[in-house]
Amino acid sequence: MSTATVPPEPREMVPDDPRRRLTLVQGRHSFADITRMVCAPVEEPATRGWWVGFGIASMCLGLFVAMVVYLVLVGIGIWGLNSPQGWGFDITNFVWWVGIGHAGTLISAILYLFRQKWRTAINRFAEAMTIFAVICALMFPTIHVGRIWMLWMALPIPNWEAIWPQFRSPLLWDVFAVGTYFTVSVIFWYMGLIPDLATLRDRAKSKVRWLVYGILAMGWRGSARHWANYEKAYLILAGISTPLVLSVHSIVSFDFAVSVIPGWHTTIFPPYFVAGAIFSGFAMVMTLAIVARRAFRLTDVITIDHLDNMNKIMLATGMMVGYAYSMEFFISWYSGNKYEMFTFVNRAFGPYAWAYWIMITCNVLVPQIFWFRKNRRSIPIMFVASILINVGMWFERFVIIMSLSRDFLPSSWGYYKPTWVEICTLIGSLGLFFTLFFLFLRFLPMVAMAEVKNVLPQADPHGHGEGGVPPGEPA
Amino acid sequence: MSETPKPRPAPEAPYGVMAEFATPAELLRAAGRLRARGYRNIEAYSPFPIHGLDAALGHGGSKVPWIVLGGAIIGASSGLLLQWWTSAVDYPIKVGGKPYFSIPAFVPITFELGVLFSAFAALLGMLALNQLPQPYHPVFKHSQFHRVTDDRFFLAVESEDPMFNVERAERDLGDAGGQHIEVLQA
Repeated sequence: MSTATVPPEPREMVPDDPRRRLTLVQGRHSFADITRMVCAPVEEPATRGWWVGFGIASMCLGLFVAMVVYLVLVGIGIWGLNSPQGWGFDITNFVWWVGIGHAGTLISAILYLFRQKWRTAINRFAEAMTIFAVICALMFPTIHVGRIWMLWMALPIPNWEAIWPQFRSPLLWDVFAVGTYFTVSVIFWYMGLIPDLATLRDRAKSKVRWLVYGILAMGWRGSARHWANYEKAYLILAGISTPLVLSVHSIVSFDFAVSVIPGWHTTIFPPYFVAGAIFSGFAMVMTLAIVARRAFRLTDVITIDHLDNMNKIMLATGMMVGYAYSMEFFISWYSGNKYEMFTFVNRAFGPYAWAYWIMITCNVLVPQIFWFRKNRRSIPIMFVASILINVGMWFERFVIIMSLSRDFLPSSWGYYKPTWVEICTLIGSLGLFFTLFFLFLRFLPMVAMAEVKNVLPQADPHGHGEGGVPPGEPA
Repeated sequence: MSETPKPRPAPEAPYGVMAEFATPAELLRAAGRLRARGYRNIEAYSPFPIHGLDAALGHGGSKVPWIVLGGAIIGASSGLLLQWWTSAVDYPIKVGGKPYFSIPAFVPITFELGVLFSAFAALLGMLALNQLPQPYHPVFKHSQFHRVTDDRFFLAVESEDPMFNVERAERDLGDAGGQHIEVLQA
């Protein structure tokens, strides 16, 4: 009995039948195997691939810093914005990055509430992705004000002019929504990390690692009382993150929907933005997971079934987005408002028609391949599809914002072209994201070990697997 | 940590006696046995939460939800008060013909601050109830305890237990299937 950590035979893998339990971790892995597999990338020397990736990402980050410094020194005249086109790449990038972040919270909170235990393999790095994506997102509203030293005016800080922010403005709601979202995501992520940081502390070979991980783990010792409070707090955080994540992208959509611009002033925006956010976020998790599971030999933990499930969610949310595109068209016709009608015809056939059709192709047509099981389980197909979906979702926001170029008065129409500075800033923000992500892969466990151990068959003390309580014995 | 008042152990008394178990089922069964023998101050340690363990140890429910409720009320009401005071009292400005105290427009920030304070309350409440951060604890002295975050399960009889006695605790933990039974110095 003492060496009964060898798990029983894995249960059959039947992910398509919801009545059967599926095996969440492939192969016969013990608890210690999970610890070893997940800790290896953090404890072993960095691979050449990591250095190459980190090097490229940090060079892009340098580009980002250079572009921001240039912007602050010179002003937003170096961007291609004009009148009537007051928003361009800046807000497109902001909405795109916030949206990418949403999948992390969806996986960590909403799937937790729905008891989708397969999430344990991917929730940690999906949450990390959320935090890094929201950091990237926060950069754009910050720099797009131009004079970033005036940013404090968006916060309710008592000042000698005795003025306060305008609390009736959706732009201010956005400050609070995205700020809260970032803070809550960090809290949720950190709390989930505490038991795993304790694992790294207990495995530390050097004094420095022991000290750093020890401080971060705060003396966690996994007692039953610890776990009881931890699980309750985790459940509550999942519960409050769920309305939070829905509110954040709804409020982002209010930036548009509360205005009176044709094509923006619609009630479908909040649900449509939330569906799109989940769609693009899952695509980003997919892109990252495919690379990480291969590079760090975690294919038994992040299995093909996980990827299959994520593809199903992308298919579903892609259809929701497609429905929203067509419903927008229908409502603009049904409204009888000529400005609304013009805006939508202009989107599909006007000067930005190329962007519109990229969006339709990537977001509506590409996910249709996931109707077929073969495609849902093919790594190359889903990798390409996940990147195309994120391209498409970037263009969705671009198409929406380009509505500004042709508003009510034809005499004031314009055309917006990004400058090289804006393009470099977008590339640079990817650098910021990936630099943070590479550092995360190197210094923190990318899979939630305690949670994965909990879904192994031998973790169940009630006799489903080997080592269970014999019948008749009080448990 | 139980409700009943207990005599303070002498300073040289050990913290307790701890044994190691190999599986969650063994730990759960041992906890049930010790509890059945009358122990009241026993604590289990594991790499992940184990279903049914709290009942076996006789622990009550967590108080985190009440702390979070307090956080939510403070957060939401301070959000609403902030907006009311700045927009309707300290510097009232008419914007778009809206009332100074425009409740519908103040819902988003009220909600966000409620969530923000709840999240802080959940994290800080969990840490406070668990008495973390706590850099030192006697259980870390057990020679195998570094595996509690990996793949081993531990059960400790604390010296605060009314029927604590080192020899008896060692015997009972051994009877329950424990290995590496060690006395923990406080």
